[in-house]
This record gives sequence, structure tokens and C-alpha cells, in this order.
Amino acid sequence: MFSYTIRRIGLLIPVLLGMTFIVFMMIRAIPGNPAQLILGQQASKEAIETLTKQLGLDQPWYSQFVHYLTGLFQGDLGTSLKTRTPISDELWPYLAATIELSLVAILIAVVVGVNAGIISAWFQNSWFDYAVMLIALIGVSMPIFWLGLMEQYFVSIKWDLLPTTGRDNIRMPVEAITHLYLLDTLLEGRFDQFIEVVKHLILPGIALGTIPMAIIARMTRSSMLEVMRSDYIRTAKAKGLKMFWVVYKHSLKNAMIPVITVIGLQTGLLLGGAILTETIFGWPGVGTYIYEAIQSRDYPVIQSGILVVATLFVLINLFVDILYAAIDPRIKY
Amino acid sequence: MKRSILTALALILVLSLGLAGCKSSSESTGGKGSSGGDGGGVMIYGRGGDAVGLDPAHETDGESFIVTEQVMETLTGYKKENTDVVPELAKSWKISDDGKTYTFTLEKGVKFHDGTDFNADAVVKNFDRWMNGDAAKFPYYASMFGGYKNDPGHVIKEVKAVDENTVKFTLKRPQAPFLKNLAMSPFAISSPAAIDQYGDKYGEHPVGTGPFKFKEWKRGDTISVVKNEKYWQKGLPKLDGVTFKVIKDNSSRLNALTKGEVDLIDGVNPSDLDKIKSDKNLQIFERPSMNVAYFGFNVEKAPFNKKEVRQAISHLVNKDELIKNFYNGTAEPAATPLPSSIAGQNKDIQDYGYDEAKAKELLKKAGYPNGFKMDLWAMPVSRPYMPNGQKIAEAIQANLAKVGIKANIVTFEWGTYLEKLRKGESPAFLIGWTGDNGDADNFLYALLDKDTIDSNNYARYKSEPVHKLLIEAQSTADEGKREELYKKAQEIIHEDAPWVPLVHAKPQLAGVNSIKDFYPHPKGSQSFIDVSMK
Amino acid sequence: MAELARTTPPLSNPPAVEQGDDKVISPWKDAWRSFKKNKLAMVGLGIVIFFILIAILAPVLAPYSFSDQRLADKHLAPSGEHWFGTDEFGRDIFTRVLYGARISLWVGFVSVAGSVIVGSALGIIAGYYGKVIDGIISRIFDILLAFPSILLAIAVVSVLGPSLRNALIAIAIINVPIFGRLVRSRVLSVKEEEYITAAKAIGMKDSRILIHHVLPNSMAPIIVQGTLAVATAIIEAAALGFLGLGAQPPTPEWGKMLADSRDFIIQAPWTVIFPGIAIMLTVLGFNLMGDGLRDALDPRMKN
Repeated sequence: MFSYTIRRIGLLIPVLLGMTFIVFMMIRAIPGNPAQLILGQQASKEAIETLTKQLGLDQPWYSQFVHYLTGLFQGDLGTSLKTRTPISDELWPYLAATIELSLVAILIAVVVGVNAGIISAWFQNSWFDYAVMLIALIGVSMPIFWLGLMEQYFVSIKWDLLPTTGRDNIRMPVEAITHLYLLDTLLEGRFDQFIEVVKHLILPGIALGTIPMAIIARMTRSSMLEVMRSDYIRTAKAKGLKMFWVVYKHSLKNAMIPVITVIGLQTGLLLGGAILTETIFGWPGVGTYIYEAIQSRDYPVIQSGILVVATLFVLINLFVDILYAAIDPRIKY
Repeated sequence: MKRSILTALALILVLSLGLAGCKSSSESTGGKGSSGGDGGGVMIYGRGGDAVGLDPAHETDGESFIVTEQVMETLTGYKKENTDVVPELAKSWKISDDGKTYTFTLEKGVKFHDGTDFNADAVVKNFDRWMNGDAAKFPYYASMFGGYKNDPGHVIKEVKAVDENTVKFTLKRPQAPFLKNLAMSPFAISSPAAIDQYGDKYGEHPVGTGPFKFKEWKRGDTISVVKNEKYWQKGLPKLDGVTFKVIKDNSSRLNALTKGEVDLIDGVNPSDLDKIKSDKNLQIFERPSMNVAYFGFNVEKAPFNKKEVRQAISHLVNKDELIKNFYNGTAEPAATPLPSSIAGQNKDIQDYGYDEAKAKELLKKAGYPNGFKMDLWAMPVSRPYMPNGQKIAEAIQANLAKVGIKANIVTFEWGTYLEKLRKGESPAFLIGWTGDNGDADNFLYALLDKDTIDSNNYARYKSEPVHKLLIEAQSTADEGKREELYKKAQEIIHEDAPWVPLVHAKPQLAGVNSIKDFYPHPKGSQSFIDVSMK
Repeated sequence: MAELARTTPPLSNPPAVEQGDDKVISPWKDAWRSFKKNKLAMVGLGIVIFFILIAILAPVLAPYSFSDQRLADKHLAPSGEHWFGTDEFGRDIFTRVLYGARISLWVGFVSVAGSVIVGSALGIIAGYYGKVIDGIISRIFDILLAFPSILLAIAVVSVLGPSLRNALIAIAIINVPIFGRLVRSRVLSVKEEEYITAAKAIGMKDSRILIHHVLPNSMAPIIVQGTLAVATAIIEAAALGFLGLGAQPPTPEWGKMLADSRDFIIQAPWTVIFPGIAIMLTVLGFNLMGDGLRDALDPRMKN
């Protein structure tokens, strides 16, 4: 197992390096000069030329790449061309916003998905089962940006139940410590703010959590059905609903594997793929950060942003694989 | 494992409840439309984008300027409703007869937020900093003052402190819009001490003399400024502070306003105006126009190298319909590049007017009786002068089709779009311009002179007579004479039709009813110094 | 993003196709029989056929032109005349949704076909030749999969410029590694089979072996995965359209329609609701069909 872990980590390095290179080449193939975007529409030709030179963008690509890599190995993610701020200073608040949202989405997905899966397996072929499976099917078929728009339209505009955008109530702004607002408000003992932050998390959390929720529900259900074929459960079932809780507890353990699988596969995608949810709910997260950087050709931000997200993603996957091996001794590597 | 997580969660909950009990009540900061003592309170301003940086000399975008204008002030200022020059940090000034020396008397007793004195030295230091910079550091400086210290085109010869409160500017040659230039947001005076202290990071810690002090910046989210208790003008500002909140999407921003999450928003969709009007709690503010949206032709490319084709298309754009449908009436049809807020607009020019028959005739004359195929470039982003380029392109596309011109709508990302326009790669395109200093030169010379081809003259329009008029106007001190020169230039431009000027848009803002004394300035941003909320 | 396709565990062993050419037909018949029994799968097939018909017959079915503007009729609520209402140009949304089916299905099928072709080619090369080539190709797949897919698509479109064709290419690229890995693992398992060794021994050319023995063996999982990938591709195309990176006006692409009408959600909610439902139904159809195909073609994947 230890050697497996080491081997996997060894494989990560060329992947991340290769990715850095691909991103580097790709963004330089994007037409459009960052200097033009930084200086804006009114800029003169001379100003654009001077800035291009200062940013080192007139250098050949390989020397730019070497320069970037050298920085990376020294722990320097580069400096944003647009805001001239070191990316390591800028990135965390955005990343924290996305991490918080993703965790909430996964939490919603797991809690709802696992329970729905277990219950619908228990009542296999009941109306509840059909309803859950239908919702799950629709859930994976839904464009989440559309779901987000519908949530906004009905829940927040028509029924006025929850706020439309942002992370906190601007009239009582959260003092950022860790930039994970749920944690910050608790650390500061501001329970009123905590409630506000929760309110702001619900709609985007549901939008982002729907697909993993649907997948978890389906996987839990099928793994449950397998468990339920075993004799002792049949007996338990025959004894009536009281036994439901016994089975329920037993099933939770069984649901671990699908849940971990989905978390492994989806978390990374949530981190980067949150772009659409973030766009709709005005969430200042890392997806928006990178997307805007692409629009303004902020090369270092695109590079380091994607690198950080992808690193997180592969690390989570690695962790999940190792967890598998730990939980399920049948899985051999 | 599950149990331990649950226990931890429960623990956190209990702890937080306990803590919340101790503290939460002590610091509540008001709910909807929070109000302080006398018309104060903190105003939340919802807008579409974050500032790039807060050192105004370094920046070029309005989202940065609207913040720095709260924190810093300029020597001269603009009137509330137009671009006439009024005193700001300079109490008064004298101009020599040859138009080359400007002597400013400064306000006394003004202090920067860091406690240091504002005086003639501070002004000199700011100008020294700028003129020793370069196009990458202080881009606007070169565009407005002709370059940097050692450039031949540089207008300013010297800036000297005569005494504590007097500054003398000596120019190499007269510059007609000099006072207007000084009033521009990038040339606001910063505390020299703060510039030294923060160095490269000054853009994150702006320090000026303005009515509000910079407090905090959460990138991509909010910037807050708070009342400067020691502000030099008595009784001002009225608000306790302003928080700038980024809400990118126009309709979400409006939702936030209707729900009381913010107090004032910009970038209102024209289509939402009716809804705002019907809401008793809201009011609309209209920003006077200092912009032009236009449909430009690359006059070097066939078929647009033929004047008749350009004129024909000028007859095919129904400006009134565009205004009705995409600006909800909040724009004026443009007959010339200059908006009415700018001195020198030629009001006698008769617009082409919508006329299919005439267009057909002109096309026939040009040798395209059955129309032709073309690419029509549409802006990918929303700008105050054109809230939705794509939709306007679609409407124009439909009209062109009536005479057999098949327009294919093309778009690129904004940076690419601008760069390609600059290089003259586009045959026909939608774009616009917002004035910088409120002078006609900043429109006509910047956009249509042969000198600015490869820069902002995207139409690549080259006319010797126009060039002569514009150059003459640049060094003419007499305002009446200048206006005559610009009027003549506009006539020639109208006949040549390098563009179809579409509209002068009046951007709309909306706010809660309690906002008083707010006048949106034509230049696109303004200080909230007099604004109050009751 | 619906990442359903990616969450599908790698498909295990092939259906029994290996007995010889003359018996190849029967497993497919078997599969069809079991597919027919699966009600949900048949519903999915029904939905897919329905939308294909709509796409083909759009010009016949559509009551109006999808591009003609009638500004006087802007934002009319759904009625007998305009079943889904009109948009801000006074265009009939029902008509535009019908035509939109053409675009979404076209993007879905063509991009997946592209991914299948490129992915299979790379997968075969990697699996069959092994060693260094395999190492390189597999690392490329790893790299592509390490990207958040929508970000990769956005980056590709940024390079190529926003248009429907480029969005299609971007979507094809992000799906390549899925098929590449799948085919590669197939090739690896088939390669060691005796009959392949035999074929090699009698001097059969590599290309012949690949085409006649290896490819047919990969068909079933490709079909399953391909169906699910069409669903994902349709959503991704809509997402790109929504961000303004896909189809350009006046093309009635569903995602673009959503983006254009987003501002009017309060005054004219129908402009947002109907294109969204169209996307959802189409994707649902492909997902149901894909699930059914998997159950039918790959019995081991059954619960």
C-alpha cells in the first residue's frame, strides 16, 4: 500500500508538469494581447507596446516558460498581469469561496442522496422509489445553470425566501479570517451572520449538489439492493419496520463506497466546474476568477489557477483511491 | 467515524451558540436602508465589475475610478451636470496671455488621510512621479499630456511650487483642454508619504484628501470606504460610508436592489425600467450622455471603400427602432459622433434617415444592385453606450437583408475584438466610445483623424481636410473658434460616412427612494460627497 | 455539468463476440431483446427518436421563421398562436426550440463521433503497441482528465474563437480520453487472446488484426459510453452557448437562447423555461437510453 501511494504520487508529477506546459502553450495561442485589455479601449498604440515589453510578453515562449517554471519551483505562483498582485495573495479568498460552496454541495448531495437511496431500496418498486429514481434521472439530465436560474426565479424572486447573490449580507459583512465564512462567523461568534451565510449557501449549494446527489442516490440504491438480497436482511424485513433502523445503520456503512467514489470523481469537477453556478449566483469563487482571467488574458492567473485546481483534483482522487484500498480489502492494486 | 464527526459538529454548534450569545447583539449594523444620524448610514452601491487597482494614475477603467474619486481629489473639478471646469483642490487659477503658464492657488489647511499636509510640494511630487513614468505605469498621462518627461510631444515643461499654496505649471505650447485634463480622475493627488510607504502596493492602499477614507477590499466582492471625519469641506460628506458590491449580472443586480440588499445600482437594463418605475420604493437616475455607439466601416476594405455603399447602409439603420427596443428610449439618435453634452456638436447636420429606396439606389450606383455578403462584428460585452451589441447586430442584420445584404454576425472575446479592430482586420463593426475629458478633440481626433489609424480610428478613415481642421483646433485657445472648426469637420465626416453613428446612450441607474442629491456625472463616475440617505 | 459519463466505472469484459464471425449477430439480438424489456430504456429511445424527428422535420413543423424579427410582437406570453410565447425580437420560441433540436443533436452526435474516432485511434495505438507510446498517450489522457472539463472547453474555444463549430471541437476534445482509455483497456485484454497470437503467427498484418478483431470487440462499450456522452455533450454545448462561446445569433441554440433571455426572466419567464426543458428532455432521453444499453449489452454491469 505504501509503495502504491508512492508510485501514484510519482505518476502525478509528469501529469502536472505536462498540464502546466499544455496550459502554457494553449493560452499563448489565444489571440489577444493582455496589454490591450489591461489598458482598455482608449489606450494608445505606444502604451500597449510599452506594457507588452514590460510584462515580458515580447520574449520568446520558451524563456517565458522557463521563467514561470523557475518561479513555480520556488513556490511563486506569479503575479497577476491585471492587478499586479501576487497570485498567492489573491487566490485564497476565491479558492476558499469555491471550497466552501463545494463542501456544502457535497454535504447536501451525501445527506439527501444516501438517505433517498436507502429508503427507495427498502421500498423497492413503491411510488417513493419511482419518484426518487425519476428525480435522480432528471437531476443528472438538468443543465445546472438552468436549475440555478429557476431556483433564483422561484425561490428568491417570486417567493422571496432566500437571497439571490453573494456570500454574505452586505449590511453585516463578514470579517474574513480564513475566508471560509461559515467558520469565520463561528470563530467570531456572530451567529446572526452565520445564519446569513447559510442562507446564501442554500441555493447555489443545491444547484451544484444536484448531479452528485442524483448519482449518489442511484448508486446507494443499487448497492443497497444487493445487500438486501442477503438472507438476514430478508428476515429483518419480514419482521417489520422496526428492523428498518437496524438495516439503515448497516446500510450506511455500505453506502460509503459509492459516496467516496462520487466524491472523488465530482469534487474536482465541482471545484473547476462551479463556473456556471458561480456566474449565476454571483459567487466570488475560483471558477469565476479563472474565467475572468481567460477573458482578460491574465496568463499567470490562468496558469496558476488551473494548476492549483487540477492539483487539488488529482490529490483528492489519489486520496480516494487510497481510501478505497483501506476500506475494501478486496480491491487490489 | 460517523459518530466522531457528529460529535464534532454538535460541539461546534454549542460553542457557536454560546459565543453568539455574547457578541452578536453588540454589533448589529442596521437592516434595510440603514440610517445613521443625519442622512448618513452606509450606502451599498451595486455594480457590474470590481476595481482593477486603486492608484488612479495607473488605471483606465471606470470601476476603479468610481472608488478613487471618493478617496482622492483633483486640482480642478467638473460641474455636477456637465464637463465645465470648477475649482476643487485648487481654489483659483490664472492663465497667462500666451496660454502657456497656469498659476494655481491651493486650498489651505487640507490634510491627507494619513495626516500629512496637502500643499504645493505634494502637487509637484505627484506630477513628477507621473511624468517620470511610462505608458505601462501611467497610461492616461501620456494620452492627455502628450507623452512623458523626455518625449518631444510632452506638453508640460515644468511644475513648480511657488510657495506653500501656489503651484505654477509651464507648458511648452498652449493646450486648449488643459484644465479639463487636470480634472480627470487619473490625475487625482495622492499623499506622497503614502506612495513612499507602500511602494508597489500603493494601489491597494490609496490615500488622498477626499471625503471618504479607504477601508477594506475583498477582491471580486466588495470595497468599502468610510467617512473622513476631518474632511476640509464643513458638513461633508453626509454618508457614513459607501460599500461597492460586485454583482456582475444586470438582472441579479436589480433583484438585489428590489430586495433591499443594495441601495443604488448602475447598469440597469433598459428593458427593466418599466418595472423600476412601477416600484414605489425605487427611483431612476439618468446619466447625461458623453458617449457614442456606432456602426463603423473599414474604409480600406471592399465594398466599404465605396462611399455610396456606406451611405446606403446609413439609410438602412433604423435608429429610432433601435432606441425603442434596446435602450427603452434612454438614448438620443446620433447624427454626428459628438453627443450634445460636448461643446462643438453640429446640430445642423441632417441625419440620413431610414429609407430603403434610397439605399437601393445608392447600392445600384455603387455596383451592388443585388446586395452582397458581409461580416458584421458585434461586441461581446456590454458597455454603457451599447448594452447588448449582439442584439443590435441582429436587428441591423434583419434590415440589411431587406436589400439583399447578407450579414454574418461575428464576434470575438473583448480583448481580441479590440486588437483586431485596431489592426483593421474587421470589415464592419459595432463599437463605441466614452469621452475621457469632455472635449470634442477626445472624440473627433481620437476616433477619426489619420494620425490615430492603428490606434482608435478603427474605420481607418483618412481625410486631409478633416485632419487640418482638427490639428488647428488643438492649439486654438478661443472656444468659439474651436467650435466652428469642429462643426466643419463634422460636416465632412457626415458626407463621407465612415460610420453610421447610432446613438448617444444615457446610462440608467436605479436606487432606493431615500437617496438624495445624487447626480450621475456624464463622464461615468462621480463622488458621493453630497449624497445622503434619509 | 452532467458528468454522468465520467462517473461510469470502466466497463469490464466484453460481451461474447469472440466466437467467430458467423455468430456475431446473436449477441446483438440478445441485447435488443433485453433492451426492449427495459421500460425506461424504451422511454429514452422514444424521447431520442422524438427529438430526431423534430430536428429533421423542423422546417415542416415550425409555424414561423426562426430568424425573422417582428419587434411589435416582442415578449408575447404563450398562447394559441405562439405556444411557447415570443422572445424579445418577437420571434416564436416554439419555432426556435424546434430548430434548436437540430443544433443540439448535431453537436451531440458529431462531437461524440469525433471523440470516438480520435479516442479509439489513440487507444488502439496505445494498447496495441504498448511501451513508450502507451506511456505517452496514457499520460496525455491523464492530463486531459485532470482538467476541469468545462474550463478546458472554455480555453479551447478561446483559442479557436467563439462559434458553434469551435464549441463542437472543444467538446470533442474533452471527451477524447474517455473513449481512449476505454478502447485501450479493451485492446489490452484482447491482445493476449490466443486467436490474436495465432493471427500474428500466421503473418496477419497489424492493421487487419486491429480492424477485424480488436475493433469489433470494443463496439459494445463504445456504444454505451457514446450514448451517455451525447447527453453530456448536449449539456456542455448549451453551457458554452450560455457563456456566449458557442452558437452565434440568430442561430437558435438552446443555451444561447437561455443566456439571451436571462435578463427577462421576470417579465417573460417563458423565454427561459422552454429552452431549458428542451435541453433537459433530450439529455434525459440519451441518459435513459444509455443506461438501458449498458444493461443490455454489458450484463456484468447490471446490479
